[in-house]
Amino acid sequence: MLGLLFVTFFIGRVMPVDPVLSIVGERATKEIYEAAYLELGLDKPLFVQFFYYLRDVVQGDFGTSLRTGFPVSGDIIRVFPATMELATLGTLIGVFIGVPLGVVAAVRRGTWIDQFARVAALIGYSMPIFWLGLIGLLVLYGILGWVGGPGRLDIYYEDIVPTVTGMILVDSALDGNWEIFRNALSHIILPASLLGYYSLAYISRMTRSFMLEQLSAEYVITARVKGLSEREVIWKHVFSNIKVQLITVIALSYAGLLEGSVLTEIIFAWPGIGSYITTSLLSADMNAVMGGTVVVGLVFVCLNIFSDLLYKFFDPRAK
Amino acid sequence: MKSIRSMAIGAATALAIGAIGVPAMAETPANMLVIAGQIDDITTLDPAQSFEFSGSDISRNIYGKLVNFDPKDLDAGYGPDLAESWTVSDDGKTITFKMREGVKFHSGNPVTAKDAEFSLRRAVTLNKTPSFILTQFGFNADNVEQTIVATGPMTLQITTDRRYAISFVLNCLTATIGGIVDSKLVMENEVDGDLGNTWLRNNTAGSGAYRLGSWKANESITLISNPDFYLGAPAMERVVVRHILESSTQRLLLEKGDIDIARNLNPEDVAGVSGKEGIVVDSELRGRLMYIAFNQKNEILANPKVMEAMKYLIDYEGMKNSFLKGQYTIHQAFLPRTYLGAISDTPYSLDIAKGKTLLAEAGYPDGFEVGLIVREAQERLEIGQSLQNTFGKAGIKVNITVGTAKQMLAVYRARQHDIYLGAWGPDYPDPNTNAATFAVNQDNRDEAGLTGQLAWRNSWDIPKMSEDTLAAVVENDRDVRAKMYEAIQRDHQKRSPFAIMFQKIEQTGRSKNVQNLNLGGAITAVSYWVVTK
Repeated sequence: MLGLLFVTFFIGRVMPVDPVLSIVGERATKEIYEAAYLELGLDKPLFVQFFYYLRDVVQGDFGTSLRTGFPVSGDIIRVFPATMELATLGTLIGVFIGVPLGVVAAVRRGTWIDQFARVAALIGYSMPIFWLGLIGLLVLYGILGWVGGPGRLDIYYEDIVPTVTGMILVDSALDGNWEIFRNALSHIILPASLLGYYSLAYISRMTRSFMLEQLSAEYVITARVKGLSEREVIWKHVFSNIKVQLITVIALSYAGLLEGSVLTEIIFAWPGIGSYITTSLLSADMNAVMGGTVVVGLVFVCLNIFSDLLYKFFDPRAK
Repeated sequence: MKSIRSMAIGAATALAIGAIGVPAMAETPANMLVIAGQIDDITTLDPAQSFEFSGSDISRNIYGKLVNFDPKDLDAGYGPDLAESWTVSDDGKTITFKMREGVKFHSGNPVTAKDAEFSLRRAVTLNKTPSFILTQFGFNADNVEQTIVATGPMTLQITTDRRYAISFVLNCLTATIGGIVDSKLVMENEVDGDLGNTWLRNNTAGSGAYRLGSWKANESITLISNPDFYLGAPAMERVVVRHILESSTQRLLLEKGDIDIARNLNPEDVAGVSGKEGIVVDSELRGRLMYIAFNQKNEILANPKVMEAMKYLIDYEGMKNSFLKGQYTIHQAFLPRTYLGAISDTPYSLDIAKGKTLLAEAGYPDGFEVGLIVREAQERLEIGQSLQNTFGKAGIKVNITVGTAKQMLAVYRARQHDIYLGAWGPDYPDPNTNAATFAVNQDNRDEAGLTGQLAWRNSWDIPKMSEDTLAAVVENDRDVRAKMYEAIQRDHQKRSPFAIMFQKIEQTGRSKNVQNLNLGGAITAVSYWVVTK
């Protein structure tokens, strides 16, 4: 983490942009410029600046975003739940469809269902997500009206349920406001399905190859010889053995979605962390970029720890 | 990367929407105005600091000012707002405002001369970026207690350091920085002597038609109407501006009826929604000008005949009708149309033969080689290419250098360019905002460092014109003043090293049932209180 902070900090400082100019604007007088320069502490040596930055970060203070004028930590607390909600739902869709699809494709290798899974995964991989997103919006929202439009809620539903977690589905359920829950669901379902489709493609292919590897192992033959039913062989013996590998794959794919999918967020006007970091980067708002990067780094570390814990739970050797 | 991506997205949707078409259906509530826009430029809502387009759109609807523009008649110029009337002293330096009785802030506190005194003093003392709009009249932190004074509960007196045109002073008071804040409420929220600057960033304390409901940076802004607004309660009880980056997404929402106004449609999407049932496209002139400037340090470019020739070698019509279609109109003077004293003469049009003759007269019958610096933005690159092409026809070889806005600006400010392709937007609603930069340069030395003045950036030494322009600043008769600017611009058109080419048009997609939307033209910002559905 320290390394990550160090690198982002120095990349940010050597970038040929002037953060002061982004604050005060091109037409500010010299005095105003200098006042802002001192306020940012840019007159101090780089290492001193880094030390101050580190001290603040440890206290949870990432500085003020130059672009929004709000503290970066507050901004992230606002945007991260939006991404989290989307990524979690997307991963759930990916797991609940991708894993069974991968298992079945491996067991019935070479049949139509295997071919179908292969083609579906190929399309999921190779179709540009913004194109799928736009077409999805156009057809399902624009023409059929089955799902909600861009944004997390219809505009007149905004600011009604109190913010607890920042995830509207959770907040509205906690509040018992099911009308808003339904509305939020109608808005999230399309982008989440798209992300879900993307992770499904990955998860199902990986599941299939893990399964094939195990199916050719000797213990499978032994189990079959013992007269166990096919269902028991597949799910009890083979599947149990790929659980640990699968956890790694799912955690990786989840982490990828938690970074924020910039294109999806832009098309669906979804105020998440991906578009937050990207727009900050484009306007040279380094405090926001560094804050966002640190949070994404933290997410990776946490997911890693979490999947390690799961290994212990699923893998008898690790106990 | 951004432009490629949005182009690709734009193309894909244009194709898709064109092929299938979207039926219009839902409607927003009758007392609510829903707008899709780009509001990521806002950094603060404090009127003493706010200096961005989206910020002034919000501020204009929240804060009353001493004098203001009437959205239903912008051409009339400033008129009374929180000040009911005013008188000017004989020496022309002191203006006495009589405040309007019975107006209340959103908090319920009455609007008094004390609040006006506090607000203007505060803006000067805080000294943020837009403060020059007020400090140019000689106000500073040390003298505000003598120069901006509430002489009675409902009388405010301001005294400038010398005589200025009253129209100049009052025009400046209509800018965002002239917003009158609730002094009592603001001081209750002061932290460490910041005069409420931190608190006012995301809270409001005004007396206007709306108060702030919520502001989520880069997400949305909600305004709630003020039923006690002195001009009558606004018809739209809630105004929501949602940040939507993609033009195609804005279009989809508009066609679907989920929003009333789409403010950032690109030309393809404008063409797409034109003629659709229930949707109207409005075009309104804005203040931004597109120009090229010739550095007078370059000997060839300093030749008046060469400059004139080049003004004839620009394909104004061709650009306007192709890639700038609907986005810009031809305009060749430094004051944007709708400003006091603006002229609409367009003496120049593409005439290669004339250009060649002039070049021959100047001693360059075979042309010459010259650099053009352009910042990396789609429309500017296209303008640059068009110029390269038409200049080339007269033998002028143009070498284009492309860079980021900041790099190009640094070269320009250091006076190291040959030709600069740029845009300029007015800072405040008075003709002096552009006149002072395009037609004033009182010290042409490098050491002078007058980087804020475009005339200086192009090393254009104009002692006489500077004097004339500054004389217009003290002329008290509004019509005479307008005439003075007209004369300066006609002279400027002929011999300045600026070829002003275009003025910005903003195209807005509007649902047909929304009436009286006025974006503020070139001179001010949007007014929601007159909107009806």
